[in-house]
Amino acid sequence: MAVLKEVFPVAAEDFVSAGEASAQIKRLLKKLGVDGGVVRRISIASYEAEINLVIHSLGGQMELQVDEKEIVLIVSDVGPGIPNIELAMSEGYSTASDDVRMMGFGAGMGLSNMARNSDEFNIESREGSGTTIRMTFLLS
Amino acid sequence: MTIEALAQATGAEVLTKTVDLSREAACGFSCDLLSWVMAHGQADMAWVTVQTHMNVIAVATLHDMACVIIPEGNSMPADVLAKAEEEGVAVLASPKGAYELCGLMWTAGLRGE
Repeated sequence: MAVLKEVFPVAAEDFVSAGEASAQIKRLLKKLGVDGGVVRRISIASYEAEINLVIHSLGGQMELQVDEKEIVLIVSDVGPGIPNIELAMSEGYSTASDDVRMMGFGAGMGLSNMARNSDEFNIESREGSGTTIRMTFLLS
Repeated sequence: MTIEALAQATGAEVLTKTVDLSREAACGFSCDLLSWVMAHGQADMAWVTVQTHMNVIAVATLHDMACVIIPEGNSMPADVLAKAEEEGVAVLASPKGAYELCGLMWTAGLRGE
């Protein structure tokens, strides 16, 4: 049973607010007294997910679920979907534009940073309908 | 070392007005790829980067870094500095290049992550 459930909308191409949702999630988890190491891993994963939504998606959201045993972050968007997940997961691969790369994004490390920092990582995507990433962080 | 001592050691100007300069910086890092910094950043870090947009503050805040140091005489937009002050991240700027800044930071006793 979820102790806490909160949804954070993330707008496409909004580079000014990018990172705000992750900052809110971090503040919330610190307030709940979650272990610092876990908060750090969730901060990294949620930031990468948020930036991916801003850069690549047509808009989406991050849903945070907290219970006594685990924290789950479900990141979903409304498209455009990832044609080849295996390729997208490989470090260094990115479809980001030159403008976005100039800002220091698009290193092709987002998905692998998420997978590395979560205890369970699942990604599903369908071209035309969107992508959903589910990350679980164990509390014990 | 404190942020104030770090500013003196690197000849940097402190751009943020309200952030506590007596805070300790524990280690240094230099990188302009934000995902790389997200992967390697640490609390109380002094981060050298040429990036000056809003997300630099987001990354520094998420890692609870001590300060950001802008090399090459670049400045930071006022709205980004306001955000840095709000989040308590000091921003320093120096005319020196990133390579020289890192050398000065190392000489002053600041080590890597």
